[in-house]
Amino acid sequence: MMFASILSCKKDTRPNYQFMPNMYEPVGYEAYAESDAFPGGVEAQLPAEGSIPRGDFMPFEIENNNDGYLLAKQTLKSSLDSTQIDSERGKELYDIYCGICHGNKGAGQGKLVKREKILGVPSYDDAGRAITEGSIYHTIYYGKNAMGSYANQLNEEERWQVVDYVLKLKADLEK
Amino acid sequence: MKKSYQSLEDNSTNTMIQVIYRKLTSNFLNLGLVFLLTISTSLTAQEGDPAKGKTLYNTNCASCHQLDKKMTGPALRNVEARLAEEQGLDREWLNKWIRNSAGLIKSGDAYANQIYNEYNGTAMTAFPQLSDQDISDILAYTAQPKAEPAPAAGSETGATGAQTEGGISNKLILGALAILFALLAMALVLVRKTLNRFAEAKGIDIAMEDKSIPLWKAFVKNQFLVLVSVIFLLLASAYFVYGYLSQIGVDQGYEPVQPIHYSHRIHAGDNGIDCKYCHSSARVSKHSGIPSLNICMNCHKSIYQVAEETQAEGINEYGVDYNAEIKKLYAAVGWDDAEQKYTGETQPVKWVRIHNLPDFAYFNHSQHVTVAGVECQTCHGPVEEMEVMYQYSPLTMGWCIDCHRQTEVNVKDNAYYTKIHEQLSKKYGVDKLTAAQMGGLECGKCHY
Repeated sequence: MMFASILSCKKDTRPNYQFMPNMYEPVGYEAYAESDAFPGGVEAQLPAEGSIPRGDFMPFEIENNNDGYLLAKQTLKSSLDSTQIDSERGKELYDIYCGICHGNKGAGQGKLVKREKILGVPSYDDAGRAITEGSIYHTIYYGKNAMGSYANQLNEEERWQVVDYVLKLKADLEK
Repeated sequence: MKKSYQSLEDNSTNTMIQVIYRKLTSNFLNLGLVFLLTISTSLTAQEGDPAKGKTLYNTNCASCHQLDKKMTGPALRNVEARLAEEQGLDREWLNKWIRNSAGLIKSGDAYANQIYNEYNGTAMTAFPQLSDQDISDILAYTAQPKAEPAPAAGSETGATGAQTEGGISNKLILGALAILFALLAMALVLVRKTLNRFAEAKGIDIAMEDKSIPLWKAFVKNQFLVLVSVIFLLLASAYFVYGYLSQIGVDQGYEPVQPIHYSHRIHAGDNGIDCKYCHSSARVSKHSGIPSLNICMNCHKSIYQVAEETQAEGINEYGVDYNAEIKKLYAAVGWDDAEQKYTGETQPVKWVRIHNLPDFAYFNHSQHVTVAGVECQTCHGPVEEMEVMYQYSPLTMGWCIDCHRQTEVNVKDNAYYTKIHEQLSKKYGVDKLTAAQMGGLECGKCHY
């Protein structure tokens, strides 16, 4: 009883006491911390414009507009060759990021569509759209209409894996 | 991790609840009749089937058009009548536009170019597969009058009425109990009084208790009893002090109020969105990552309000106005919902961090999520049921070590580790290695 009453004094909306917090709290910058070094105290900043990540990086130069979409649709080709394609990972990523709306079979019948939260998700075999690998990549990169960009959730290699998996689903749907 | 969405996809609740509302009021029945009548009149007038049109509309048009709200494209309520009145454009023009809007724009059609420029050159997808009948079905659906919000309001007041009724009945019961106890107490006092009076009247002297030594004096005199109770008290207090000290710095159950009320129950539970959809960096980095607001906007660009039953549930059960929370998101990310564009005025959201390891302990999400394949729920608990997120696990060292001792490492299909696993298995004389036997208990793995 007494123990329970002591515990119940602890309020759940604020953190518990810490003993000698010196070693608990980081000296260096932590992700998402507040810091005077940045305007507004926000440490989560976008990279400076024009900065390039280390490693194997290719800038994506096709623009985010309708002409860019058409250009990508006709000319853009996957940067992965057949040995690099891992359809198991493609499926895993697709199920996380795309399946919720597009459906795990790509027919536009994801859970959010079935629950009528988001409507009008097309099937991949839609004749009017006639998607290609370039147009899929462009759409993942920039988003299209009501769909947002997935460029920050998937890196370049992962995007191409998803593109390959989408093409596979499209082929299955067209059978 | 790979949850089968199929099993979750089956439960759609919307239609069922609407049927219940229908039974609620006879007024609504009348409304329904009026509604049906209007549908049948529009049926004869336009020779399109609005029910079929709705399905077609939802699959083909709804991603960019809403009936009463500007989205990627214009609102479509009564689009045919509006175009005929305002622009003098007929069905023929609409057919051309729907099947190949780009072609119509190129042909130099004045209104086609005007609308194309008005929406910043967003091209409408061509729908060559829609037949004349399909298009008239869709237009019949868009020509339907706006559904009255009355049934929703009725259901809401009905629900809140039931709620307040429940509250009143609870209070009533409590009040009745209190009155009953008061009456009982009064009755007892009265009985005692009358008994005393009887005793007085009959001349009986009520025997008073003997004036013996008080209890505490007797207790002090008995030294053995004092010793035993002192020892007991010391032990008991040591137990509680130890309990208190050992929970210092442990934030299990910490449940802060967040600046925007985000319900994991709705997103991860009801809608079955994968954890890694929003917390995508848990796959690849040390941090699981607080999703940036543009990830919210992936869906909330088109979901600008929650379903009516969800809103009612939020207000009645959790005291939260979900639609107001979506407005908070729009304010923070700088999204003008009426104009459907970003204003550029953003305010960072100060989320309150819940899970916080001390600086001297190293933890890496990707190592657990991607390499070990541990489910998020193993440490974070049933997040998909949490209306308000709280810390499920103690996050103490003992808790980490328990898991490392019990978890068997999955070495299947991992050629890289096969040899070292064989060696270690031989060394420990076991078939399956736990994380601890792979070095999961070494100090330097987490403290450096």
